[in-house]
Amino acid sequence: MNRIEGRVKVTGLATYAAEYPVEGVTYAYPVQSQVAKGRIARVDDREALAMPGVLAVLSSERPPELAPEAEGELALFQSREVAYRGQIVAAVVADTYENARAAAAVVRVEYQPQAHDVHLSTEHPGLYRPKTVNPGFPTDTGHGDVEAGLAAAATTIDVTYTTPVLHNNPMEPHASLAYWDDLGRLMVYDASQGATSGRDIIARTFGLPRDAVRVVARHVGGGFGSKGTTRPQAVLAAMAAREVGRPVKIALTRHQMYDVTGYRTPTIQRLRLGADADGRLTALEHVAYEQSSTVEEFAEQTAVPGRVMYGTPALRTAHRLVRLDVATPSWMRAPGECPGMYALESAMDELAYAAGLDPVELRVLNDPETEPGSGRPFSSRNLVGCLREGARRFDWERRDPQPGVRRDGEWLIGTGVAASTYPARRMPSKAVVAAQDGEFLVQIAAADIGTGARTVLTKIAAETLGVAPDQVHVEIGDSDLPDAFLAGGSMGTASWGSAVFRACEDFQRDGKEGHADTAEEIAKDAELARHAFGAQFAEVRVNAVTGEVRVSRLLGVFAAGHIMDATLARSQFIGGMTMGLGMALMEETYTDEEFGGFLRRDLAQYHIPANADVPNLEAVWLEEEDEELNPMGSKGIGEIGIVGTAAAIGNAVFHAAGHRVRDLPITPAKILMPRF
Amino acid sequence: MKQFEYARAASPADAVRRFEPGTMYLGGGTNLVDLMRLGVAQPDRLVDVSHLPLDAIEQDGDRLRIGAAVRNTDLAAHPLVRVRYPMLARAVLAGASGQVRNMATIGGNLLQRTRCGYYQDVTRPCNKRRPGSGCPAIEGDHGNLAILGASDSCVATHPSDMAVALAALGAEVHVTGPGGDRVIPMPGLHRLPGDTPERDTVLEPGDLITAVELPAPPPGPSIYRKVRERASFAFALVSIAAALDLRDGVVRDCRIALGGVAHVPWRAERAEQALIGGQATGEAFLAAAEAELELARPLPRNAFKVPLARNLIVRTLEELAS
Repeated sequence: MNRIEGRVKVTGLATYAAEYPVEGVTYAYPVQSQVAKGRIARVDDREALAMPGVLAVLSSERPPELAPEAEGELALFQSREVAYRGQIVAAVVADTYENARAAAAVVRVEYQPQAHDVHLSTEHPGLYRPKTVNPGFPTDTGHGDVEAGLAAAATTIDVTYTTPVLHNNPMEPHASLAYWDDLGRLMVYDASQGATSGRDIIARTFGLPRDAVRVVARHVGGGFGSKGTTRPQAVLAAMAAREVGRPVKIALTRHQMYDVTGYRTPTIQRLRLGADADGRLTALEHVAYEQSSTVEEFAEQTAVPGRVMYGTPALRTAHRLVRLDVATPSWMRAPGECPGMYALESAMDELAYAAGLDPVELRVLNDPETEPGSGRPFSSRNLVGCLREGARRFDWERRDPQPGVRRDGEWLIGTGVAASTYPARRMPSKAVVAAQDGEFLVQIAAADIGTGARTVLTKIAAETLGVAPDQVHVEIGDSDLPDAFLAGGSMGTASWGSAVFRACEDFQRDGKEGHADTAEEIAKDAELARHAFGAQFAEVRVNAVTGEVRVSRLLGVFAAGHIMDATLARSQFIGGMTMGLGMALMEETYTDEEFGGFLRRDLAQYHIPANADVPNLEAVWLEEEDEELNPMGSKGIGEIGIVGTAAAIGNAVFHAAGHRVRDLPITPAKILMPRF
Repeated sequence: MKQFEYARAASPADAVRRFEPGTMYLGGGTNLVDLMRLGVAQPDRLVDVSHLPLDAIEQDGDRLRIGAAVRNTDLAAHPLVRVRYPMLARAVLAGASGQVRNMATIGGNLLQRTRCGYYQDVTRPCNKRRPGSGCPAIEGDHGNLAILGASDSCVATHPSDMAVALAALGAEVHVTGPGGDRVIPMPGLHRLPGDTPERDTVLEPGDLITAVELPAPPPGPSIYRKVRERASFAFALVSIAAALDLRDGVVRDCRIALGGVAHVPWRAERAEQALIGGQATGEAFLAAAEAELELARPLPRNAFKVPLARNLIVRTLEELAS
């Protein structure tokens, strides 16, 4: 189905957070810390206040009041401590964006700087075991005896992979427009992946009842997780609006987005695998080392794929975290699975080579009956089907496993495979359906962050009601609508679709109005392992002269339940795969060890794939029937596309060039240096 | 962004007349406007020279004169450029994106500033932006910075692709200014950083580039090749513009210029001298590349550029010789 809002988007009529016309609007511009650690001795705002158009300067000199529950990155100006370079330490509100920005440049912040530490290493004395990892998984798990499994193995590998700091780069910057009405109610237009959760976070931060806050996010220009939690600009806009008694707008610059909207933690991952003479795993150990800030703990669930992927008598997965003088990492498309599967699926390839087995066959051989970490049955699992279908389409049978032997002029050619996985969950949501003049109005506080959520919900409602899609109007993106889960964890369609489906069923009982709250239904869901799976196949060309790597073909085969709409699904899959290609070959934010903070904070320096990098990208899927998921039988597809891509490409690079790069991204430097 | 005055020049002479300290000339604005937004460039006034009648490409015997206001897209698409100077057309097309090339002028392309991340970040030191403040790139993020001709003050690279081809072609840059008109042969327009990295070129305040004149094309085939980890819209890790003229296996003429390796488009004169008059063999190509790269002083994270440049020189010459 074509996107419902396609026309308003391409004609520029879709309104994003920063674009709502509000009378008397003013502008806030943040002042960011220029030290990586220290204490603010004094904020001198006299010169800024004297600048044209300036209405207020906010800082920790006179901390604007927030609720005691305000926490972490949202507790703006409540402390004089600087936790990282780039942290928001003050803000100027003025009549124009330009005036606010000019005045922000002359706010003088005096620091008592302290020595900073921004370097992640496996030797860091501050490493500790967090209580849980995002979003609540156990930190360390295991069964069996890993050491014994490794000792008994015919083949073992012990390898370490590293991934850099990565940043989400949605096209729409993080922006908020806030005002308080005469009754003290707070209105926030926010670039947000969840109006309901955004409302709740903002209400808690300001100590307001939930119904005193309204968050509107009708159109969102991408988020990938970075808009999944309320970011500081929304709190700043609301705080500043209260201060000046007028609406306040903030649109972060790309540089500021790199500083204060979260990022994927760098990881160091050690994998130890053992296999018997037949290739069956005897042990699997995955330990991930990661960072968080001193502001709050965010522990990415990097080692969780080992709990899902392969059968083994001995399993250990563990996470270790260190709190550095850095910004707080957060969600980036498939947190956990994405970096974790890069390492696990690269290690499986290395094990296949070490054991002399085909990497597809090694995975098939170790496909488990039940979920390895929990022992639960799978609601459905078609990894093997994906591997087989991909192998068929990729002519894998004729592949010569010998690395470094295929050549086309300067180009070394290789192929690689990796598996994909992502949980298929759903969360409680509410929806309402009403009829008016032969049209149907569906209301739910869902979010469309560019995925096509509005469209797929229209389709679900139309099919459930048995009417044409153009008779259905779906209203989303507003916290005054029935509460809904956020667009995250690939749970949007499953969560909202369940509520819309049930509301439509309810509607059909009396033909006037339908209501649904899926909390009870979801609480009764059987205890099963629910995951989507996939297999990605890459063909790469590695230039022996220059070290350039080009992906000449990338194929993803996915098993993700019932695919609700082929057009929208393909867009999600290839979008994820494109982002995975970027992770494999070019994406890298540089941590500035000397001054703290990040470098390469723009799209000229932080490279994401251009069209020329993805000439041949294909996503297909196997239809799955799984009645243990939700009324639609669907699994989320927003994230699985990025899972496994980097490993497939890295494995293909090894097959092409004959040496293994275990440190992303795989740049010409890393290809060239070992060759000379 | 600092407030500034804006004026349109009526002629090159008018532009020069309007120049005073704090003035910058505005061409396509594809770099300068970015730098103004970042606070890196803070002119008091802009004199817009993009609309001056300097937008013609004219043949003059076996030479070609390109007006400074010619857009990059138009230069690359011009039949005489494509046929007689394919290396230049390819270099221009290897740069930026279609949208940027539609805006960017030839004069502005030559005068664009380094994309070194420290230079573009006003909150960090940079000797080029704030003389005497230091060069954190030397210990920091220098993976795509210079290996040749750098100094303790600055390891920036010049970002232009076009300038590399112009250096190989021996183009002449026509300048008018308060001191009158002059002609600067490439690669002499740009200068090495030394201890004054704030100066990218030999231009004096108020100097305005009016044209670039190409001499007759070098005999023999030519190539422009750019290496980058992303397939388009990325600055070069290393690029090369080269031409080779052989007779009976002997090198009669040779042009080699490298991009992405220095503060200037780097004319590889040592390599050229090593080759001219000698046999065009793989060994000779390698020896020439190594002679040039003896001058390299790589840093830990850009050391890969040495084998990359060497490979690129050798491979390009081999291709030209075949």
